[in-house]
Amino acid sequence: MNPGQMAQNIPVAADYVRILPEIVLSIFGMAIMVLDPLLHEENSQKMLGGIGLLGTLAGLVSTWIMAQSPGLAFWNMVRADGFSVFFHVVIIAIAVVLILTSYEYMAVQRIRAGEYYGLILLGLVGMCLMSSAVELVLIFIALEISSISTYILAGFRRRAATSSESSLKYFLLGSFATAFFLYGVALMFGATGSTNIDEISATLNAGNVSTLAYVAVALMFVGLGFKVAAAPFHIWTPDVYEGAPAPIVGFMSTAPKAAAFAVLLRVLFEANAPGRFWLIWISAALSMTLGNVAALVQTNVKRLLAYSSIAHAGYILVAFAAKPDLGAPAIMFYTAAYGAMNVGAFAVVSHLANAGERYVSVDDYAGLGRRSPVLAGALTVFLISLIGIPITGGFFAKFYVFSAALQSNLVILTVIGVINSAIGAYYYLRLIVAMYMREPQEEVPVTSIPFPLAAALAIALAATIDLGVLPESVLRFVQRSGQELVRQERMVPLQQTKASEITAPSR
Amino acid sequence: MNTGGLDSIILTLVTFTPAIGALLLLLIPRRDRDIRVFSLIISLLTFGASLHLVARVHRWQGGFWYEIDKPWISMPNIHYHMGVDGISMWLVLLTTFLTPLCVLISWKSIHERVKEFFILLLVLETALIGVFTSLDLFLFYFFWESTLIPMALLIGIYGHGHKVYAAVKFFLYTMVASVFMLAAVLWLYAKVGSFDFVTIQNAIRTGQVVGFATAAPWLFLGFFLAFAVKVPLFPFHTWLPDAHVEAPTAGSVLLAGVLLKMGTYGLLRFNLGLFPEQSRQNAPWICTLALIGIVYGALVAMVQPNLKRVIAYSSVSHLGFVVLGIFSFTQAGLNGATFVMLAHGVSTGALFMLAGIIYERKHTYEIAEMGGLATPMPKYATFFLFITLSSVGLPLLNGFVGEFLVLSGAFQANPWYGAIGATGVIWSACYLLWMYQRVFFGKVTHAENNSLPDLDSREQLALWPTAVAALVMGVAPLLWLNIIDPAVQVALTPFAQVVSKAVGQ
Repeated sequence: MNPGQMAQNIPVAADYVRILPEIVLSIFGMAIMVLDPLLHEENSQKMLGGIGLLGTLAGLVSTWIMAQSPGLAFWNMVRADGFSVFFHVVIIAIAVVLILTSYEYMAVQRIRAGEYYGLILLGLVGMCLMSSAVELVLIFIALEISSISTYILAGFRRRAATSSESSLKYFLLGSFATAFFLYGVALMFGATGSTNIDEISATLNAGNVSTLAYVAVALMFVGLGFKVAAAPFHIWTPDVYEGAPAPIVGFMSTAPKAAAFAVLLRVLFEANAPGRFWLIWISAALSMTLGNVAALVQTNVKRLLAYSSIAHAGYILVAFAAKPDLGAPAIMFYTAAYGAMNVGAFAVVSHLANAGERYVSVDDYAGLGRRSPVLAGALTVFLISLIGIPITGGFFAKFYVFSAALQSNLVILTVIGVINSAIGAYYYLRLIVAMYMREPQEEVPVTSIPFPLAAALAIALAATIDLGVLPESVLRFVQRSGQELVRQERMVPLQQTKASEITAPSR
Repeated sequence: MNTGGLDSIILTLVTFTPAIGALLLLLIPRRDRDIRVFSLIISLLTFGASLHLVARVHRWQGGFWYEIDKPWISMPNIHYHMGVDGISMWLVLLTTFLTPLCVLISWKSIHERVKEFFILLLVLETALIGVFTSLDLFLFYFFWESTLIPMALLIGIYGHGHKVYAAVKFFLYTMVASVFMLAAVLWLYAKVGSFDFVTIQNAIRTGQVVGFATAAPWLFLGFFLAFAVKVPLFPFHTWLPDAHVEAPTAGSVLLAGVLLKMGTYGLLRFNLGLFPEQSRQNAPWICTLALIGIVYGALVAMVQPNLKRVIAYSSVSHLGFVVLGIFSFTQAGLNGATFVMLAHGVSTGALFMLAGIIYERKHTYEIAEMGGLATPMPKYATFFLFITLSSVGLPLLNGFVGEFLVLSGAFQANPWYGAIGATGVIWSACYLLWMYQRVFFGKVTHAENNSLPDLDSREQLALWPTAVAALVMGVAPLLWLNIIDPAVQVALTPFAQVVSKAVGQ
């Protein structure tokens, strides 16, 4: 379409419905920012957190409304489909757990800052938009919205030097990475003459693949590889995760990652990016191996989980190397399962960390099984899920990824992955061993579990176990929407007719 | 063979009763006595339910009984498919038989974190039964892995000495080995499109699996490795003595009694069932490893200063017989192997209970600390002697039947196998009787041992069933073998075909 035509088009109501979650989340986010200075500092926290929670719940409801009217919006820049609905739900649900966990954490750390909740909601806007954008420039903007709020959130433990280090490091390296992504977008425009994923896909499928397109894919992969903490772009992860507030780490390692994986799915699978196979193959093998091996020697739980998140990014990348129609559903399921178990694990870590995050080493977890059976039990379930043992979501997640890989004849990569998941068992087990089988050396205080945290744990546990016992419904959904995503040849004409439908009434 | 009604849900009932009991235990307040009684009731209920399997069994009939096949997850195609044949039914019964005894034997020895202990024990029982009843490879793997965590926790929390080391070693050994099985299972699924054991078996036999010829040796190894570590076959056995010595009594009983049989059962059901030709090709070195295990396990057992280590290494030796029997591919060998699995479960389970009883009194397993115990503890000595003789393989007790059948099968396959294997029987008499002599005969060497109390009624209650079972199995083995034999014949049909093919050419 030409720009002149576009200017005539005024967005119709359906367009707004298709970005309703983003609108709702923005309104709530800004409302928190505006209300913050008006409220008395002493009791503002609960109130603002409550608004934040309400905002996420409203976001979930509006996602449901969005799901009722699938299609393209805003001149083919946004697509509401099963795929984006799925990631909206995953990302917002993670935020619900995060906000519930943050109540107590913020009080214990004595951080009084209402903008914390505002930033979470605004970050969500970016992440949600990342999952529904089909226009590279919009994806870039969404990526920046999401990144900038996470940069700030990483630095919220203002009294701790490590937190500032974390924030600054994340910011500098993150901007560097997004620059790579932007460069890739520019080259892709040069190679195909478009920044719209469907048009890029049509051009690439037609057979005119220039060298420029290969470079563009590689550069975009570097940018997104950073965001998902895939090796060799993972160097920032342990330091940033160690310094950032524990609940935010749980959030950072799941929601923005899920969004970045959504973008990767769109860029690599929907646009059918050329020359991606070996990039992914090597990155997947490296991420799994480096992440797991480095995690073996960690003594800080946050660093341990940081390396574990690198390893899990590797497992997900294995599915990116598989055939798209098999890989896409496996990836979607994995992000959901990983979101549930990791955000849950960090909820426990946040609670135990106590004032100033004093207790975050593996030794501090010694004897937890005796002092707090509930917390230890919950953490055990999350860790078992991270290992990938049955009756948890992590098991099916790994299972689908590896079976997709084997069905695509990626035998060597599967074997690497399978060996890695055995190595991974060791360091998660170390934590379980510490909790149940070792005596505490130092008296680590365990406070009682407040109601919001209990709710957060209950949600994460329910999701982890539900995905491990009755994955059927989620699986059907990701099958359908994942295959819809990769079914290129049908999507292109379909989307062109949609575009004309949108232009027609406004004329 | 499905008559509907109770028969179709009996396996589900038997498998999940302990798990439901564990869930209910979560809700019961922490009054240790109530928890023990409740666990005993649950485990007895499970045993009672499993008796239904025997009561309604159709003798002389191969194939699977009490089948239930319901879709669980549609993509990938996973079924809740359960069923037992003559082999797995007895293993289920062995599990349900040993668990109440484990509850009894842990009555006093577990006094801290009692609730968690019995929860873990019951969850473990469900997982173990599930392994033997699953006919869907996915479901099988699911239960197989589920046994790991409760067992590792039982060792790591309630064990003694280097319990954490033992628990982690146990976990890692078996976990690492079983991921190779997972890879093999996934490969089969990718080609066949089903996890169903029977479907995959038929697809392989009719040659519908693309690329099977090249992949089969690797698939065989994938399964074999997982099972060989669990058995444990000779070079993979090092986790076993550690795990056994440090485990609490109930943990040892289930570990030796049932967990090891998961490995031999897997070899029989999956390696033989899915890859008959590869089994035959690999049989020579597997039998060699089994023979090394028989002799090596026995020799090492002989020099152990620790009661539990003697029993642990005797397991390595006895399980060598099972593997030898399975890979002899003869009717006698397979029947014998299955019978040894059951007999070993009963008698080694009982030996571990006896070792636990002395540990409760003396807090040591060192043989040097004992000596002349027959004087202060006559009942204990009698039970110990009876069980030792059954383990040695005295005719008319349970150990004899199985070993005899295995050896006669091994002779048919290769006289050397039989000859070397037969020395194992002699060895086991040596180390077990020598151990018995050092512990019980002669004068009381340590004065404090004079005041050791003899068995109380609870301990006798736990031991009597094993003694009776050992005797009945020895006197009337046909009660078991008549049911085992049809299943063995079904398992051997592809081998008969291989032979006839070879003869035909």
